[in-house]
Amino acid sequence: MTALGLYVPGDTAVHRLPAGAKLAALLVAVTGLLLITDPWAALGAAAAAALLYPLCGLGARHLWRTLRPLLPFLALIAVFQTLVAGGDVAARVCGQLGAAVLLAGLVTSTTRVSAMFELFERLAGPLRVFGVRPDRVALVLAMTIRCVPLVATAWRAAREAYVARGLRRRPHRMVVPVIVNLVRSAEALGEAMSARGLD
Amino acid sequence: MLQLENVTHAYDGRMVLRDVSVRITEHRVALIGANGSGKSTLARLLNGLVVPESGRVLVDGQDTRRHARAIRRRVGFVFSDADTQIIMPTVAEDVAVGLRGAGLTPAETAARVDDVLRRHGLADHRDHPAHLLSGGQKQMLALASVLVTDPDILVCDEPTTLLDLHNVRVIADTLRGLRQQVVLLTHHLEMIADFDRTLVMDGGRIVFDGAPDAAVAFYRDLMERRP
Repeated sequence: MTALGLYVPGDTAVHRLPAGAKLAALLVAVTGLLLITDPWAALGAAAAAALLYPLCGLGARHLWRTLRPLLPFLALIAVFQTLVAGGDVAARVCGQLGAAVLLAGLVTSTTRVSAMFELFERLAGPLRVFGVRPDRVALVLAMTIRCVPLVATAWRAAREAYVARGLRRRPHRMVVPVIVNLVRSAEALGEAMSARGLD
Repeated sequence: MLQLENVTHAYDGRMVLRDVSVRITEHRVALIGANGSGKSTLARLLNGLVVPESGRVLVDGQDTRRHARAIRRRVGFVFSDADTQIIMPTVAEDVAVGLRGAGLTPAETAARVDDVLRRHGLADHRDHPAHLLSGGQKQMLALASVLVTDPDILVCDEPTTLLDLHNVRVIADTLRGLRQQVVLLTHHLEMIADFDRTLVMDGGRIVFDGAPDAAVAFYRDLMERRP
């Protein structure tokens, strides 16, 4: 599994489904979720989405990793909705959101990034008439994902440099070295792409 | 054959190569020299990443100034920092990206990727996120990503600088077994002991050209005399 919660290798039926079919199913499922009015149905949908994880060979740890970033937002939404619209609405909205995120996580966890990009490339095909190159669109999307760990590494390096020199960590002071590091990395990445004939 | 004819190049007014002329025909050629001696610029000239301000660089008679794209397909380039050479999120995807536009079917691409991953000990990491590999594995991935396109020439710019001794040996063994003509820039002087030819660079010029042992002795002496 990736640090970004992307593809987890596997050979389940869901893994074998084409990316397009999974995205279409996700679209239908999320649309269906939005039509739910009963809080128990929404919570049940979230529970059902969670139960799909082990069926796709994804363990509890992966489920937790998918859900964890959402919890603070769910807590805020639950408090806000309870105060404004009542407990039923809060439960329904949280259930809908939780189910949608879990289903989306399931699609990304069972679909190779390359399959997703091939799909995007096909979907962007009609944009050719406007001068857009679908292969470039897919490549940019891939590189966006690739660059996330580069940003994290640059941030960690700047933080460690501060700590190693006995300075107090202040996020605003790390912005300049992080940006310098990222510009350098971007230049090197561009050079590597040119070297590999991808310019 | 790689050929530089009276090549001079500067970055922001700082001269990095001064009237360099050399023909490289041997199978394995090493390029050694201090930091800032001009060897990285010379390496970048060889696959058209850098175009000389004056003079010509020819790859089998093709001028890099006019045929840069075609030359880049024939001359693979491996950088010292593998992290910045990895373009795609996972190992197999990064290897496959070099085959885009090669006219292969998805099945052919997958077969080529699997073959190169197997040959370079990365088959078990096929779907792993590339940025989570070890330093040695990342450099091997960078090498595999270039070799999958089966270039005729491979230019390696200090590929072992960030590696431990074990991985230096692994990379050295891999380079030794390649059919491609290899131009290796390195500070790991033991790697070039069995190379066919070694060039020593200093101050933007080739100051020694000969067998590895004599070149290394010359280079050590040059560095010891440096204040």
